[in-house]
Amino acid sequence: MTVAFPSDTAIVGLGESRYGRRGSITEVSEFQLLCEAIAAAAEDAGLDVGEIDGFCSFADERHEPVRIQQTLGIPQMRFSNLVWGAAGGGCSASVMNAALAVHAGICKTVVVYRSLCQGQYARFGQYRPRPIGGSYMTPFGLLTPAQYTALTFRRYMFEQGTTEQQLAAVPLTFRAHAQRNPRAIQFGKPLTKEEYFAARYIATPFRLYDCCLETDGACALIVTSLEKARDLRQKPARILAAAQASNKGWGLGPVASHNMALEDYGTTNSRALAEALFAMAGIGPEDVDVAQFYDAFSGLVLMALEDFGFVPRGGGGPFAAAGNLAWPNGTLPTNTAGGLLSEAYLHGLNLVSEGVRQIRGTSTAQVADAEISFVNSGGGAGHKSALILSR
Amino acid sequence: MSTYLPTQLPGPQPDLDDQPFWDFCKARELRIQACADCGKLRHPPMPACPACRSMRTTWRAVPGTGTVFSFTVCHYPAHASLKDVVPYNVSVVLLDGTDDIRIVSNVIDAEPDEIAIGMRVALAWDEVADGQVLPRFRRAP
Ligand SMILES: [Zn+2]
Repeated sequence: MTVAFPSDTAIVGLGESRYGRRGSITEVSEFQLLCEAIAAAAEDAGLDVGEIDGFCSFADERHEPVRIQQTLGIPQMRFSNLVWGAAGGGCSASVMNAALAVHAGICKTVVVYRSLCQGQYARFGQYRPRPIGGSYMTPFGLLTPAQYTALTFRRYMFEQGTTEQQLAAVPLTFRAHAQRNPRAIQFGKPLTKEEYFAARYIATPFRLYDCCLETDGACALIVTSLEKARDLRQKPARILAAAQASNKGWGLGPVASHNMALEDYGTTNSRALAEALFAMAGIGPEDVDVAQFYDAFSGLVLMALEDFGFVPRGGGGPFAAAGNLAWPNGTLPTNTAGGLLSEAYLHGLNLVSEGVRQIRGTSTAQVADAEISFVNSGGGAGHKSALILSR
Repeated sequence: MSTYLPTQLPGPQPDLDDQPFWDFCKARELRIQACADCGKLRHPPMPACPACRSMRTTWRAVPGTGTVFSFTVCHYPAHASLKDVVPYNVSVVLLDGTDDIRIVSNVIDAEPDEIAIGMRVALAWDEVADGQVLPRFRRAP
């Protein structure tokens, strides 16, 4: 029997280095952290590292497969792939490409990885030259993802009547989730609503705690066939759907002159993606038990809730403010490990890891009997991608 | 000449696709790239018309007035030159005389608590380094 792509593939191994604040990891290199994460992912799966024969990542990754292959003494490389885009948008797409390679029989065991030590290299939250589109941003002081996401989210707030009180529910909920997760950088550091509102603005309407962490660390996961997965150590997280897409006008959108379609400006560029994703999965948003939304900035979560159809247009703010994102009592427990805001910022790959843990039943904020786990990738620049995982 | 942001902030870097846009700005003319076949405006400049795929282009003058479509007030200085300048606004201006063309700019005479979506604005050319002139805006009735 032939099983349709991608549900004949699964995520079977999770590996992470330790996570630290930007600049806190100075005694080992970013590349060593990555090697540690890959070794840990293979160990978690019950595989020898030498069985890895495929390598996938997404834009802004610094470490090439050939170098990993050599360093970890991996005998064969059958597949290597990097998704175009800007940082997080290609994260779920890199899992999609791993699944494609396995489905096509090009390779058997793919590692999907991200390493990121902003302390050892450049910071994403600072001015960086942008050869394409930069002329339309930099001279006007539009320099960082916080700022260009603030522009789209400000418009969304205006159109939907969203309030800063509603927005506050996002970082506060995720910080509470991080208090259960010892891996989280914000573990042991609860945040009150008063502290949230007292913090300085970065770019209005985003205050300090609306902006993700800057992290040193590395994260890896292993994708293989569902057939092989059944013989491995962990309960597999089957990849029920994996998709990537971009809407009209978003190509040079947030990282140039902001000419996305007027009616699609206050969004996460995910409406076409949502349609493709749920069509592939054969289910709807109402079937999702637990979600990991790309939360580089809190406002992205409210917009994505609407773009993916979890709530009607304008419903994001009220939904979050009513406690629906919170574990365990919300209707859609979200970013259950703390997310990019409070666990770590690995350009979204740690969100995929948490999506897998929810299927395994090993999250520190485990949704009882979770069967369908949703993950999306990307906020501002580039195209977007998403996954649906199942038992 | 009022320089809203420091001239140490990197300026535009015109390339073969958009040199005319910046040259027109130097002459204090705001011209938006248009398709020479179907007439549709597009911004930023790009080699083909997304509506009809024609690669024949022209440059159409626009009135230079518009409304604030979105904005953010930047409090964090993400470039060293901005340390003493924050807070400043970045505003997306929807240009009059177009269906939907926007440019990212600044409203130079709006205080952080004054700027709002829907605010009427008009061009205020601003000369920066190397004789480049930027299309910034000021409040308009
Ligand atoms: Zn045309």
